Amino acid sequence: MSIADTMIPPQAPPPVPPRPYTLTRFLGSVALGIWLALGVGIFFTVVEGWDPEKLSRYGPSFLSGLGVTLTLVTSSILIGAVLSLPVALGRMSKHKLWSWLAYAYVYFFRGTPLITQLFLAYYGLGSFRPQLESIGLWWFFRDAWNCALFTFALNTAAYQAEILRGAIESVPRGQHEGAAALGLPERVAFFKVILPQAMIVALRPYGNEIILMIKGSAIVAIVTVFDLMGETRRAFSRTFDFQMYVWAAALYLLMVELLRNIWGWLEARLTRHLKR
Amino acid sequence: MSGLFAALYSGAAGILSIIDPFCGLAGVFRWFGAGTHLACGDTGWGDEIAYGFLVTASLAIATLPVGLVIGFFVALAKQSNERSLRLAANIYTTIFRGLPELLTLFIVYYGLQILVQQFLGTLGYEGPVEINAFAAGMIALGVVFSAYCSEVLLSAFKAIPQGQYEAGDALGLHRAKTMRLIILPQLVRIALPGLGNLWMALLKDTALVSVVGLPDILRQTGIAARVTKEAFQFFGIACILFLILAMVSSIAFSALERWTKRAEMRR
Repeated sequence: MSIADTMIPPQAPPPVPPRPYTLTRFLGSVALGIWLALGVGIFFTVVEGWDPEKLSRYGPSFLSGLGVTLTLVTSSILIGAVLSLPVALGRMSKHKLWSWLAYAYVYFFRGTPLITQLFLAYYGLGSFRPQLESIGLWWFFRDAWNCALFTFALNTAAYQAEILRGAIESVPRGQHEGAAALGLPERVAFFKVILPQAMIVALRPYGNEIILMIKGSAIVAIVTVFDLMGETRRAFSRTFDFQMYVWAAALYLLMVELLRNIWGWLEARLTRHLKR
Repeated sequence: MSGLFAALYSGAAGILSIIDPFCGLAGVFRWFGAGTHLACGDTGWGDEIAYGFLVTASLAIATLPVGLVIGFFVALAKQSNERSLRLAANIYTTIFRGLPELLTLFIVYYGLQILVQQFLGTLGYEGPVEINAFAAGMIALGVVFSAYCSEVLLSAFKAIPQGQYEAGDALGLHRAKTMRLIILPQLVRIALPGLGNLWMALLKDTALVSVVGLPDILRQTGIAARVTKEAFQFFGIACILFLILAMVSSIAFSALERWTKRAEMRR
């Protein structure tokens, strides 16, 4: 046996081989380059066409449009949440008539475009003006904003009812049985055992539904409600400045991304007890 | 040669006018709409609405392959090893999923108009330029569809185990051939329900293109409503037509799903 008395001196690791220049790397650089060029191009057109007068004239109207969009979406989501409860219960009911009615409601509102529903309410209900006047509801349906709120609330109620139903049905049977074995009354079991678990499942679809409503609310501009999109169209038709659409796009993207991040944080926070 | 095309075109139009479910030989409007606002021909709006139905259906069908192909490549980019490619693909989906479809449509429609006008202006042409609403709708809806489609396909890609790729390598298949023969058939099977939902959303989004002047269901019924002052009836018909499209496609998709699963073991 021999003892090595001269150790190999410490050495630097061999140099990392250079990353090969592959086709995907080339494509990635090209794609990023296109985005960069677009971003820089938009930036320079904005800088070049910067007009303090335009900003002071259309800036406030953009903000008021943003307010209209947010109010419309928030109120229709809230009203829709209330309306979705009976629809979801009807969908889950064992009674043939109720479940069929709720199914027809959901199918109609999910199967037709929102814009068609809006036209049906705004222009179509005008055909029933005498009847509506006689029951004293005409003042409500005369206004485009009210019609939009009415349509959106009914529409989102159909989607939210499906979300709610899916979430409640996703709670395993054992949970019902466990609550029954503990002797909990059905009401308490529903509100304290089933619903909290269902809401965690429903959280993500609810977020998606709010985003869909924010995006869908742009169509109210067509029936003369001046939301963000309506203000944008008005400003564009006066100035023929394409920047208006860029600003609107930025605002919509900001809203959606903000909501998405808040929702992601909320979900991580609410499901932290489920992490292993 | 042009005579041949004209003959083909008139032949196709003739066949279409016979099998047309609205104003054809066995058409609904021909048999039940006579004498009402829905009569075919010059007296009613039946044939105009039938044309709108055709335009809506063809816009959706023409957009589908565009969106699917772009979405497939964006999904491939999202799962590549290259960071820059992933980043670019993620920017794409973030933008086009976050923008309202209507705004995307306007940006494409007016933006394209301005671009083409500037381009023609440099060539010395100073006339008015009008973009085809069908083309603008196809681009805008195709881009939105592809953004959503890439997410569906990405999650389907993630559901396919790595061993499938390795098996392709072990068999000595080229990468493109592995994709075509091994991955794609499984991908379609996994992604089909998600793609079905996207197709429904696409069908509904086509109604937006009527805003920039495409004579689709909504625009045709809207014109009829304005002329006849029977708005509820005509917009109700528009809703029913969209429901029919949704029903037909859900039947078609469940048949397709059965067909893709025909080789799976029955338990």
